[in-house]
Amino acid sequence: MDVKDIIKPENKVYGKCPVLTERVLHYCPGCSHGTIHKLLAEVIQEMGIQDKTIAISPVGCAVFAYNYIDIDWQQAPHGRAAALATGAKRICPDKYVFTYQGDGDLSAIGTAETIHACNRGENIVIILVNNAIYGMTGGQMSPLTLEGQVTSTTPYGRDIALNGYPLKITNLIAQLDGTCYVTRQSVQNAAAVRKTKKAIRKAFENSAQKKGTSFIEVVSSCNSGWKLSPVDANKWMEDNMFPFYELGDLKDK
Amino acid sequence: MAEKLLMKGNEAVAIAAIRCGCDGYFGYPITPQSEVMETLMEEKPWETTGMVVLQAESEVASINMLYGGASCGKKVMTSSSSPGISLMCEGFSYMAGAELPCLVVNVVRGGPGLGSIQASQADYFQATKGGGHGDYQLIVLAPNSVQEMYDFVDLGFELAFKYRNPALILTDGVIGQMMEKVELRPEKKRWTDEEVIKLHGDWATTGKTKDRPQHAITSLALESAVLERFNLRLIEKYKKLNEQEVRFEKTNCDDADYIIIAYGAASRVCEKAVELARSEGIKVGLLRPITLYPFPTKEIQNMAKQLKAILTVEMSAGQMVQDVRLAINGALPVEFFGRLGGIIPTPEEVVAALKKMVK
Repeated sequence: MDVKDIIKPENKVYGKCPVLTERVLHYCPGCSHGTIHKLLAEVIQEMGIQDKTIAISPVGCAVFAYNYIDIDWQQAPHGRAAALATGAKRICPDKYVFTYQGDGDLSAIGTAETIHACNRGENIVIILVNNAIYGMTGGQMSPLTLEGQVTSTTPYGRDIALNGYPLKITNLIAQLDGTCYVTRQSVQNAAAVRKTKKAIRKAFENSAQKKGTSFIEVVSSCNSGWKLSPVDANKWMEDNMFPFYELGDLKDK
Repeated sequence: MAEKLLMKGNEAVAIAAIRCGCDGYFGYPITPQSEVMETLMEEKPWETTGMVVLQAESEVASINMLYGGASCGKKVMTSSSSPGISLMCEGFSYMAGAELPCLVVNVVRGGPGLGSIQASQADYFQATKGGGHGDYQLIVLAPNSVQEMYDFVDLGFELAFKYRNPALILTDGVIGQMMEKVELRPEKKRWTDEEVIKLHGDWATTGKTKDRPQHAITSLALESAVLERFNLRLIEKYKKLNEQEVRFEKTNCDDADYIIIAYGAASRVCEKAVELARSEGIKVGLLRPITLYPFPTKEIQNMAKQLKAILTVEMSAGQMVQDVRLAINGALPVEFFGRLGGIIPTPEEVVAALKKMVK
């Protein structure tokens, strides 16, 4: 049998999601963003909501997310994504609105906007990609950096006396009455990827049902920032991040 | 006859917003402008026109809610006073950079810092010279009556959409709090997405359909050459504003040897001062800039030919006077009189300053 006989539409079992653009990702090899982008694009494609979705990109590595997912985007000032999402969703209630943010953007400079959007129960989806570091600016400490973790601004490791404790922002968000679904997922292997995709789908469906804010933290690796190989970064994440940032649903109502 | 109502300047802003088809107001309480949101909440426009009104957690959030709504091609606005406007300056810069229309009302109070809650004009520099970072301009309108507070809401939106740039109504605690008769203009319906596209182009994030490319609203341009091209395009836009949108009002200027230049509440005081000085035989007129950006530079230069000197009156330490001096470029004496801290100058004080200049 010739290769041409195998490559037929009826034999196709997997392909690139049409909601992804043709552009080459600028992310570092081993980065989790590409996988999460793909999952979002697939959910949007499967739900048939490309023409009803407005996404808000952050300041951080995902600032160029609009280059990769072929939907309408608004690029927010640092930390303000949840406020943009509020403005967009309130005036366009028939649209699906989601933010895509890193831990520095969401849990440091954007804490107020995030907490209050969640507390008002805005019918939006918030995706937090937590790699415990500021990736784009070169690997500085974020509020979610682990105790002892070495970053460019904690060269001797995060010192609690100096920098305070790692912030379990997702646990805090789960306490707010405006949130309907709060979960912590990851994308380091096939099983985890499938679970995260289900979580994203559920979050978008919650929006349609006006249930309130859905918040998904994806514990991720930043091998460049962590100065590890992609494989070692995933191992470090499993050994160090998962015990502190426990995976699973924190709230599902 | 058109309906006339007695109302505060701040209330006029709220009523005008509902009646001119505003899609959303997002604000945070601060004296002396809280009546804007209070009036909107009382009017409940979401039950009539569908206009959204939301009390945000901060001015930072308010302006970014505008960013989100404006990106969808909607008529969005906020109001605040000086300290709150300082917090919004980040948003102004981003929205000017993303070429988004919106309307902001600054009911100015005394500063710096927490200052006072009394009327002031000390935010002229912030409004006309930046406030936020980067090479950008706001379109700045300066009403001096409650009627203009009402009318400039619609005008502000018109200019903001025409130039895809944030517009700011720079007013003060006097105009915001005082009551005058207002003629209500005919109501305008809120635009549909299709109407926005037809009137102002297809750029908003309304959801990517198969028949058009993705819309991405951003102010990011990492490549220097790309950003410079964008900066030059902004300069062209501001040039067009200066050529087409300068607005001002002249009173008693035809035979004048001297003019007073004042805007907003100060111009109301100066109207009386001109009357008093004229009764004493001083040939003085009043030039009131209505747009502070674009500034009536050319008009001031034209008038300079017939004048002996100019007095600029402001409720500040002297901010607009710098633009007057730039326009005059040393050709005439340009004097300044101002009161600070929330004190409103009296017509007699202005006349005294005028006499000192004339002598």
